[in-house]
Amino acid sequence: MTFSGRRGTVQALQEIDLSVAAGEFVALIGPSGCGKSTLLRIIADLQVPSSGTVTVAGKSAAQARLDQEYGFAFQQAGLLDWRTVRANIELPLQLHGVDGDARRRRVSELLGLVGLEDFAEHRPPQLSGGMQQRVAIARALAEKPALLLMDEPFGALDEMTRERMQDELVRITDETGAAVLFVTHSIPEAVFLADRVVVMSPRPGRISQVVEIGLGERNADTREAHEFYAAITTVREALRGRLGKGDGDGDGDGALVDSREAL
Amino acid sequence: MTGLALQPARPAWRRDARLMRGAGLLRVIVFRAGGLVAGLALLGVVWEAYKAWGPTGGAHLLGISVLPRTDDNAMPHLWTIWNVLGQQDAVGSQQTLSFGPSSSGSSGGQTVLGAIAGDCLQTFQWAAVGCVVGLLVGMGLALLLDRSRLIERAALPYLVASQTVPLVALAPILAQWDGSIKIGGWTWSNGTSIELVAAYLAFFPISIGMLRGLRSASAVQNDLFTCTAASWRQTLLRLKLPTSVPHLLPALRLAAAASVVGAIVAEISIGQGAIGAKSGIGTRIWEYSQQSDSARLYASVIAAAVLGLGVTLLVGLFDLVLYRYNRLGARD
Repeated sequence: MTFSGRRGTVQALQEIDLSVAAGEFVALIGPSGCGKSTLLRIIADLQVPSSGTVTVAGKSAAQARLDQEYGFAFQQAGLLDWRTVRANIELPLQLHGVDGDARRRRVSELLGLVGLEDFAEHRPPQLSGGMQQRVAIARALAEKPALLLMDEPFGALDEMTRERMQDELVRITDETGAAVLFVTHSIPEAVFLADRVVVMSPRPGRISQVVEIGLGERNADTREAHEFYAAITTVREALRGRLGKGDGDGDGDGALVDSREAL
Repeated sequence: MTGLALQPARPAWRRDARLMRGAGLLRVIVFRAGGLVAGLALLGVVWEAYKAWGPTGGAHLLGISVLPRTDDNAMPHLWTIWNVLGQQDAVGSQQTLSFGPSSSGSSGGQTVLGAIAGDCLQTFQWAAVGCVVGLLVGMGLALLLDRSRLIERAALPYLVASQTVPLVALAPILAQWDGSIKIGGWTWSNGTSIELVAAYLAFFPISIGMLRGLRSASAVQNDLFTCTAASWRQTLLRLKLPTSVPHLLPALRLAAAASVVGAIVAEISIGQGAIGAKSGIGTRIWEYSQQSDSARLYASVIAAAVLGLGVTLLVGLFDLVLYRYNRLGARD
């Protein structure tokens, strides 16, 4: 899969040249307003770039969306409260006219995948935030997409739930073989999950550095490994380095949480 | 809602939830009915208390009446109003002070209660037809306005303006078509005019509420449906209609009450002098207002209020049917 986007207007993305291989996990990290989410939305055909092209599985973004080449998981789970967990996961299949039997089978698989078999008939408001997010991920995986686009899906979760969800995501992507493009504000999260961390910087949003993470298979010990901390340091320096090169408008403390969303 | 409940809850959880929902429903019904009775009782107490201790001739300040009179004609005792329900309606007709509609109330042997109940039923039928028509028209309009911002901007001011047209003027205009429009075997009657006025009042809250509801889906939910390549029809059916329910339910209550008001006002403004064979509670109120017995007038007015209340409660049943979609009401 190849993505290359180009958008020349002020305050937006510029000179983005990025490609994600099949099965690869790529994290996008950078301060608020650097266009991470916009990039993801352009790839998902939720926004149209002023110039440049996006190719997903050899197709244009619009065609890829119509063909369900990707699944999207948002920061808010975005579940439909009036539907049960099962019916929420089923939604994409239902919209695409998959027949009832195949639908039930697929939903059962997905419920198993995200560990929510016992909650199939519950409604979203009865679930914790982490569980809701798992439903959203299951829903994004319903059509077996080769690409999963995730926009800070664990951003609203507490630290402990977040780490569990990261473990789950590693397992899920191993099982499904899906490539993931994952937007996050958290350096440890990016390092733990990704094969490659793409560091972005704002005004105009661009890729400042790409850090290869060579941690191999992730497991319970990864978070305590020396290499993990080394990789975190590398990414942190990459984020700071950009600011050192003269982002001279007083924003220079490398803050990862910034209230401005210029895009 | 939030928290760390990652482990499956105990197996009895679901049963508990269902039981709680059942209990909650019962509680809601009891609570509403109890509130209604308590409210009525309080109203009755206030009425009788003012009648007992208020100035008989009312109070005037610089020639302006500031407190109502409390004599038996202005404020009959509640039991007088109650007793009048059992009287023969025909007696009242003979006491008519000025010339009123002669078609209604002349059925000998009928009690006031019977007459009022029959009239309420007739008004209910008109209002119900009006409310259903208003619901359909209002929903259709909301869908149309939702479809295009341009149409919304063009049409919304006229929608608002439509509600400032005085019904008292509208009803007689419609009534002029009585008998003059015939489609197949159906003829435009005064009943049609009344239904139309009721619908005219009912469609407005529906269209405004529904329009809001259609647009109340969150940005994420909208993005989700775009990502899923859902068609307009699918998005409407699976997202927009469900999210419109919490806005539609209160709008429906308003519309139901408005359709009763519309029907009554239309009856009164059409009915003066020339009502058809059927009469509703509006006509009855007007007729009793021409008589000397104020208890009857109060009885008919109270009946109209009860009718409005009953219609609103009836519409409230939709809350129970659609509770699944009612985010504001869903607490399980």
